[in-house]
Amino acid sequence: MLNTALLLVSIMIAIALLLSLWRLIQGPSIADRILALDTLYINSIALIIILGMYMGSPLYFEAALLIALLGFVSTAALCKYLLRGDIIE
Amino acid sequence: MTNWIEVLLSFFVLLGGLFMLIGSIGLARLPDFYMRLHAPTKATTLGVGSLLIASMIYFSVNNSIYSIHEVLITIFLFITAPVSAHMMAKAALHLDISALSITQGANAHQAAIQRSNTPDTLGVEADSSVDLGVDSSVAGSEAAGSASVNSKNQQEGGAV
Repeated sequence: MLNTALLLVSIMIAIALLLSLWRLIQGPSIADRILALDTLYINSIALIIILGMYMGSPLYFEAALLIALLGFVSTAALCKYLLRGDIIE
Repeated sequence: MTNWIEVLLSFFVLLGGLFMLIGSIGLARLPDFYMRLHAPTKATTLGVGSLLIASMIYFSVNNSIYSIHEVLITIFLFITAPVSAHMMAKAALHLDISALSITQGANAHQAAIQRSNTPDTLGVEADSSVDLGVDSSVAGSEAAGSASVNSKNQQEGGAV
């Protein structure tokens, strides 16, 4: 039962990743693309957690934590670049 | 693993996946950048939160120790999601990305004026701030400030 739910949820997260990728390619403005990248990394965190529960190994947690850290830093850097024209002043 | 724990885990996992899917559907389908900003920044934090609750229960039951290091990701995401949403909204305002004409403009401003029961002497300012959805809230607050100043002046004039 849990394995079925995990497979179903990984399919749902894959659809969510495809929708975010569509917005990343389609997006009319540059801020839409940054928002799509933000959603993509949060979706990939969820996919890695699902993979760790499916494999039964707690090793995948560190990968999810690293993606969370680097994703926030990259979003902040892109927004700072759009706001100021420079990242580190 | 007993049966009801498996039911609980499946419930949390399905809830999380549903929230993630709804957030990305909102990202893909909503018509405006500011609406699109609203959808994933709330739904994905809820989705990742319930998935991490499921992961915590799973590893606590399987390894029979308390597995609480998933709280790190939860706390980190719950701190950084509003910050990144605020930065993206600030960047969009800086780039002058225009909002839809439904979510801004004269109707919302007239409704706000009628709610606050102030005399309707601000119609010119309301009409001049229609074209940029970005400036309508700022103009509204300025209009409210000037309205209070006007009423103060009228009260003082009446007293004198």
